[in-house]
Amino acid sequence: MNFLIMNIPLNITSTIHDWIYSIMPETAASITIMVLIAVAYLALFAVAGLYLVLLERKVAAWFQLRLGPNRVGPWGLFQTIADALKLVSKELTSNDRVDKFLYNLAPYFVIVSALIAISVFPFSKQFQAFDINIGLFFLIAVSSIGVIGILVGGWASNNKFALIGAMRSGLQTISYELSVGLSILTMVLLTGTLQLSEIVEVQRTGGWLILQGHIPAIIAFCIFMIAGTAETNRAPFDLVEAESELGAGFHTEYSGMKFAYFFLAEFINMFIIASIAVVLFFGGWLSPFGITDGITWFPEVLWFLIKVLVIIFLMMWFRWTFPRLRVDQLLTLEWKYLLPLNLANLMIMAVIIWMNWTI
Amino acid sequence: MTDQEIKNKIKTEEYFVNMGPQHPAAHGVLRLLLTIDGEIIKNVEPDLGYIHRSIEKMSERDSYQQIVHLTDRMDYLSSNINNEAVCLTVEKALEIEVSDRVKVIRTIISELTRIASHCLWWGVMGMDLGALTTYFYAFRDREMINDIFEETCGARLTMNYNAPGGLMYDIHPNFVKRTKDFIKHFKTKIPEYDRLLTGNIIFQKRTKGVGVLTKEDAISYGATGPVGRGSGFSCDVRKHHIYSAYDRVDFKEALLTEGDTFARYQVRIMELWESISIIEQLIDNIPEGSVKEPTKAVIKLPKGEFYQRVETARGELGVYINSTGTKNPYRVKFRSPGFSNLSVLNHIAKGSKIADLVATMASFDFVIPDIDR
Repeated sequence: MNFLIMNIPLNITSTIHDWIYSIMPETAASITIMVLIAVAYLALFAVAGLYLVLLERKVAAWFQLRLGPNRVGPWGLFQTIADALKLVSKELTSNDRVDKFLYNLAPYFVIVSALIAISVFPFSKQFQAFDINIGLFFLIAVSSIGVIGILVGGWASNNKFALIGAMRSGLQTISYELSVGLSILTMVLLTGTLQLSEIVEVQRTGGWLILQGHIPAIIAFCIFMIAGTAETNRAPFDLVEAESELGAGFHTEYSGMKFAYFFLAEFINMFIIASIAVVLFFGGWLSPFGITDGITWFPEVLWFLIKVLVIIFLMMWFRWTFPRLRVDQLLTLEWKYLLPLNLANLMIMAVIIWMNWTI
Repeated sequence: MTDQEIKNKIKTEEYFVNMGPQHPAAHGVLRLLLTIDGEIIKNVEPDLGYIHRSIEKMSERDSYQQIVHLTDRMDYLSSNINNEAVCLTVEKALEIEVSDRVKVIRTIISELTRIASHCLWWGVMGMDLGALTTYFYAFRDREMINDIFEETCGARLTMNYNAPGGLMYDIHPNFVKRTKDFIKHFKTKIPEYDRLLTGNIIFQKRTKGVGVLTKEDAISYGATGPVGRGSGFSCDVRKHHIYSAYDRVDFKEALLTEGDTFARYQVRIMELWESISIIEQLIDNIPEGSVKEPTKAVIKLPKGEFYQRVETARGELGVYINSTGTKNPYRVKFRSPGFSNLSVLNHIAKGSKIADLVATMASFDFVIPDIDR
C-alpha cells in the first residue's frame, strides 16, 4: 500500500509518457512531452509566485501588528489570485515617448530568465525536469540574464526615476553576482560536482554541507544570503525600487500584466536563491538526521519545500526589519568587505579540502 | 589615457528631476526641483503653493475665536499647540490671566500632542529609509494618544480644544487615568524603538554625518526646534520664553552639537523622554479652578501689535496680530517653523546623494500645510 502511494505521481507521469509515445512518432512525442512539462512548471510557478506574494503580505502583517489579507477566501487565501486577475484585466498604459520594442520586451527577459532557472531544480529524486552536469553553473548563468530586462526596462521607459533605478540595478546585480558565484564555488570545492542531484547525494552520507565544511561553509552561507538578497533586489538592498526615493524605480512606467511579470519574477528569484541555499547547504530533499529515511511513502519534496520556506521567511524577515542601504555603501560592502572575505574563505576551504579535514 | 582625458571624453550631463508634488518622500505636496548629476545633487529648489489656502488672509475676515479653528489646519500634527499660540496671543492682548487649571491642562495636552507628532515622525523616518515596520509600531502608540484626545476634545486630529480665555470644556473624567496608562505603556516602547531602529548599523550609517548643519547656519537660516537643537542652537521656547505651566516643571532642553541627521533623530527621541517627564510631573496634581475665563461674545482686541511664540513639535511658531481695535484683526502673520527649516535644505543637501536628501528631509519632519499656509 505504502509503495503504491509513493508511486502514484510517478505512475501517472509514466502512463502519460507511454501513451504519448504510443500514438506519435518519436520526435513529435518528445517535443509534446517537453511542452507538457513546461506548461506544468509554468502553472506550478505562477501559483507558487502568487502564494509567495500572499505569504509575504502575511509575514509583513505579523511583523507589523496587522492581520494582513483576510477578506477574500478563508484566511485571505484567494487574495493574490484576485489581485492577479485584476492585473491581467487592467489596461496596459505607457507614455508615448517610450522605446516601444524594448519597453515591451523587458518584462519577458526578467520573467523568462527566472522560469528557465527553475527547470534544473532537484525538488526530489524523481522530481527534476532537467538534471544536467553543470546545473549550478547553468543556474548562475541564467539568473543573471534578468538584469538585462531591468536595465532595458528602465532605459526604454524614458523616465528619469526609472533610469536611475535601472542603473542602480546594473551596479548592484553585477557586483553581487561575484559574491554569489564565489560562495557557490567555495561549496563546490567540497562537493566536487556541479550537478545538483549529485550535490544532494553527497550529503546523504556526510551530513549537510554547512556542517561538513566547518566555519568556511557557515561564512559562505552568510555571504550567500547577503548577496542573494541583493541579487533579488529585496530590502535592505531594494535601491532599485526604493519607493521613498524613486517612486517605483525601474518599473515606474509599467502597468497591468507587465508590472505583474516584474513583480512575480522577484518572488520566483527569491525562490531560486532559497533553493540554491537549500541544495548547497542544507541537504536538498534529504530529511534532517535521516528521520524519514525509513518511511518509503514520505514525499521527499516536502522536506525541500519546508527548507525553502524557512530560507524565504528569513529573507522576508530581513525585508521587514532593516532600513535600506545607500548606493555607495552597497558597493563598499561588496567590494571592500564581502569580496576579499569571500576570496580568503575560498582559499581556506581549498586548504581544508587539500588537508582532508572535512567531517 | 589619464583620468582627466577619460573624463573629458565621457561627458556627463546634469538633468532636472521633479521630486513631487506627488512623491512618497515629500509627505505632502512639496515639489522639489532637483538638479542632478548622476546620483549627486547639485541644486535643490523647493517650489511651494500646491496647498496654499490663504490662512493668514482668511484670518483677517474672521473673529478671534474663529482664527483658532483655522490654525488646526496649519501644522495638523501639533494642532493643539497652534491653537494655544493664538489663544495666548489674544489673552496677552486682552490681559486675561487664565486659571492654573487651564495652564496645566494646556501643557499636558501640548506635550501629548508633541509625543503624538514625534511618534508619527519616527515611523515615517524609518519608512523613508526603507524600514517599513517602524510606521506601524509608531502608530500603535500614537493611536492611544488619539483615543485620549477623542474622549476629551471630541476629535482625533484637529482638536479645537483651546479657546481664547481658556478651554472649550473641562477634561473627561477618564483623562488622568488614561494618560497615566499611556505613559506607563510608552515608557516600555521607546527602548523598543531604539532596538528596532536607533541601534541598527545600516540606520546609523545612513544618518551619521549626513546633512550636516552647523550652528552658525542654523542661526542664520532661523532653523528652530529639533533641527536647530541638533546643531547645538539652544532655541527651546519652553525654556527661553516660558508660557503656560512650563515654569512649574523641571525638564532639560534636548541639545546636541553634531548637527547631522542622526543628531536631529536623537534630539527627538530625547524630547519624547522629556515630554513624558513633564506630563508625569503635572498629571497627578491638576489644580482645581474654572476652565474658561469669561470673555465677551465678540472679542475686540485693543489697538496695537501683539506677538506670542510657542514651541510646536517642529520648532518655534510665532503668531503676530496687528489689531485696529475692531472685531477682526488687521493683519495676522504666522511664523511657521517648517518654512525656515525648509530654507536650509538647499544649503545642506548640495553635493549629497538622492538617498541622503530623503534621509535629511525625513529628519527635518516637514509638514507641508505648515510651510505653505
